[in-house]
Amino acid sequence: MTDTKTSSLVPSAVYDRLRRRRAAERRFRFYGLAAVGLALMMLVFLFVSIVRQGYSAFTEHVITLTVALDPAVIDPEGRRNSQSLSSADYQRLVRESLAALFPDVTERAERRLLFGLLSSGASHRLRDVVMREPARIGTTVVIETPLDDDADRFLKGLVSPDVPESERRIKDRQIVWLKALHAGGGIHNRFNTTLFTAGDSREPELAGILGAVVGSFYLMLTTVVLSFPIGVAAAVYLEEFAPRNRFTDLIEVNINNLAAVPSVVFGLLGLAIFLDFFGLPRSASLVGGLVLSLIILPTIIIAARAALKAVPPSIREAALGVGASKMQSILHHVLPLAVPGIMTGTIIGMAHALGESAPLLVIGMVAFIVDVPVTPLDPTTVLPVQIYLWADSAERAFVERTAAAIMVLLIFLIAMNALAVIIRKKFERQW
Amino acid sequence: MGTLFCDRVRAIAGVVFQVVLGIVKDAVRQGSTRLFMRMHVLMLIAVLVLVSVFAFGIGHSRAEAMTCPRHSLPQYHGQCAALATFLPGLVVVALWGALESPFALILALDRLAETPLSPLAAAEGHFLTAEIQALAAGHGSRKDPALMMAAQHYAELRQTGFVLMAVLAVGASLGGWALAWRRLTPACRARNSIEHALKIFMILCATLAVLTTVGIVVSLVFESWRFFNHVSLMDFLFGLEWSPQMAIRADQVGASGAFGAVPLFAGTLLIAGIAMMVAVPVGLFTAIYTAEYAAPRFRALVKPLLEILAGIPTVVYGFFAALTVAPFLRDTGAALGVAISSESALAAGGVMGIMIIPFVSSLADDVMIAVPKALREGSLGLGATRSETIRHVVLPAALPGIVGGILLAASRAIGETMIVVMAAGLSAKLTANPFTAVTTVTVQIVTLLVGDQEFDSPKTLAAFALGLVLFVATLFLNVIALQVVRRYRQQYD
Repeated sequence: MTDTKTSSLVPSAVYDRLRRRRAAERRFRFYGLAAVGLALMMLVFLFVSIVRQGYSAFTEHVITLTVALDPAVIDPEGRRNSQSLSSADYQRLVRESLAALFPDVTERAERRLLFGLLSSGASHRLRDVVMREPARIGTTVVIETPLDDDADRFLKGLVSPDVPESERRIKDRQIVWLKALHAGGGIHNRFNTTLFTAGDSREPELAGILGAVVGSFYLMLTTVVLSFPIGVAAAVYLEEFAPRNRFTDLIEVNINNLAAVPSVVFGLLGLAIFLDFFGLPRSASLVGGLVLSLIILPTIIIAARAALKAVPPSIREAALGVGASKMQSILHHVLPLAVPGIMTGTIIGMAHALGESAPLLVIGMVAFIVDVPVTPLDPTTVLPVQIYLWADSAERAFVERTAAAIMVLLIFLIAMNALAVIIRKKFERQW
Repeated sequence: MGTLFCDRVRAIAGVVFQVVLGIVKDAVRQGSTRLFMRMHVLMLIAVLVLVSVFAFGIGHSRAEAMTCPRHSLPQYHGQCAALATFLPGLVVVALWGALESPFALILALDRLAETPLSPLAAAEGHFLTAEIQALAAGHGSRKDPALMMAAQHYAELRQTGFVLMAVLAVGASLGGWALAWRRLTPACRARNSIEHALKIFMILCATLAVLTTVGIVVSLVFESWRFFNHVSLMDFLFGLEWSPQMAIRADQVGASGAFGAVPLFAGTLLIAGIAMMVAVPVGLFTAIYTAEYAAPRFRALVKPLLEILAGIPTVVYGFFAALTVAPFLRDTGAALGVAISSESALAAGGVMGIMIIPFVSSLADDVMIAVPKALREGSLGLGATRSETIRHVVLPAALPGIVGGILLAASRAIGETMIVVMAAGLSAKLTANPFTAVTTVTVQIVTLLVGDQEFDSPKTLAAFALGLVLFVATLFLNVIALQVVRRYRQQYD
């Protein structure tokens, strides 16, 4: 093409124009590629930033303390019953064992700084040991207990010692002690089991997501128990039985519109109907499940209808032909063939529900709840709401835990979506 | 007329309830009914289920034992018996659940009216009901003897009422079973009955979608109407000042309780506008590239990846906006000498834009793929470049679908909550400056409702009025978008 440029028969204006048009074409194509690149970059950036902020929360620094279980402190009257054992002054024992490592620290203010290195959970841990084996009173035990979140963050390198002392929460003296302990092997870094075995706490080093995970599980359970049968039944009716009339048209328009109503509006519905009118308990996963099932119902209905539509009519006709009733042909033949498609849609809807938090805030599932729920009627928090609450906390150490909780949530979501893809791939049939 | 009627109904209901209660009370008071009283509703339903399972088993074996030819298979006879047993009991339980508590409360209040406390009761009737309920549940604060008595009466009424209901429910179940027993003959069309019942259940499920919409509209309109009794509609829609803190005392300063929602609408539009400015160009060019230029394998890879963006929970975006993007923008602004607030509209809107990219790109991609090949080939054959073909042929043909997608994305942006709650701030300022903090409708809904409030204070009700505005706005956008998309689909299908 370009070698014809030399031809003098065609005015050069034509070539200029052609060149401009080709440049415009290249530009246009580049914009498209740039847009794809930009969108993907955002995705990568989002994941990287969360992993970068959160990976450190998966480990914690623990201090090994040798505590002498002095009977005079724990149980001076020698009763050894559970009440006197549980109310003993374990904090003093823990603190004394730490002070024993630094005999030169005697001044009150300095001692307070030293004890500030310990988490307030240390005395609980010691109490658990004693309560489990009261026979060990009088001996010495070795316990591992988490450090305070500020000390932990310093040892992880998240707090720079170059910042002026007045602007950081960990003081120079404490840094010297921490370094001494670290060098002496008194402190080591290990996998943060607290994060996965504890409920919420005001202290970052004692806070975990177990309560939220269990709460989310109950919420999902309620949601799926309610929305799956209802959604499938509605889809079967609309796809197989419903006559075309104004009423079924109304239902269809409604379902399409509900799928696009902001979720916070569903929260208002739940607040007005379930909480105010029916008086169901606040913060229980039951109410949250009711609201979430209403939210994901359109998703399930639409997916189930698509799956039913994909089953060829010959299946129905064959069943009818050998004498099955219409209901039998659907329940025995069409529905089983549509199950993979319905499952895929349901799992995607559930993944959506798992990440939903705005309606839950509106119906009041934002309480600070330490206990891990036992039944769906217990007050509970769920993963996304826990993330919201932690992200709001002033403590810096909660930021890394928030990001860690986000990673856990994303892992659940990825697993659910992968399951949906696997089901679709495995059971997809070409008729 | 209304109150007189109510009083009469109440009196009659009271008499009926008292008579029945008298009969049951003796039975209850005597001996070993304690365990029975504690039985939870769930346990009662479990009992009903158990009885129904029995009914199924017996119905099944009776049908199986029939010697003459029967119309339906034994399993249908069994199901029929089980259903006839379970449903009447369930209906009784449901009716009791809906009516029991208000009835008992009315009677308890009547008892209260007989005591010297009555002038007080007349003054704060609504408050007293809550107090009685709290006392009966064992955590009331006011230890007034008359109230305590009423509460005890209330608790007793509820207990006896429960026993009565349990007896009724089990009785109804057994009655249903007896009827089913008599109907179980070879000629009984058990399958038809079961299929009919199943179909009714399916219709009810499908109607739930309509009921949900009705529920949303009724609850929003009803609560908003209560709100507009306090605040005029004009003040709400056109007022320029928003400060929902209500004065606790009349003489309090600075807590006027202004409910002018214009700053919220402006903030919502500003943030949604920023989001659309990010999402529309990126989404549209992405769709153009994946639909027109990219190889099929590239498209198959990129499209699901982009849809991940729509699947990430919004609370994650909120965290990203509040703790990564906002500080970054603030520091960049400080370096450039621009004051960017740490809760800027830019951070929230930008991150929201990332979230809704797939809403734009996915639908646009679908409709561009659906544009017939002949149109493209005609244009290319006339010598147009690919970009010219796209701009002059494909895009105009796909425009309705694209516009529909953009409208859906806009409705998503307006209704999005968590990102703005976490990253957009609370100050209701009327400004178009994207570097300052603004607040949105959804943020205010959440802030007004989080924390324990009286349900009928204007502050709480304002959330419903805002919800109504939000619902109407998004519904409007959705209806138009769905209409546009549907019209487009019809054009080429």
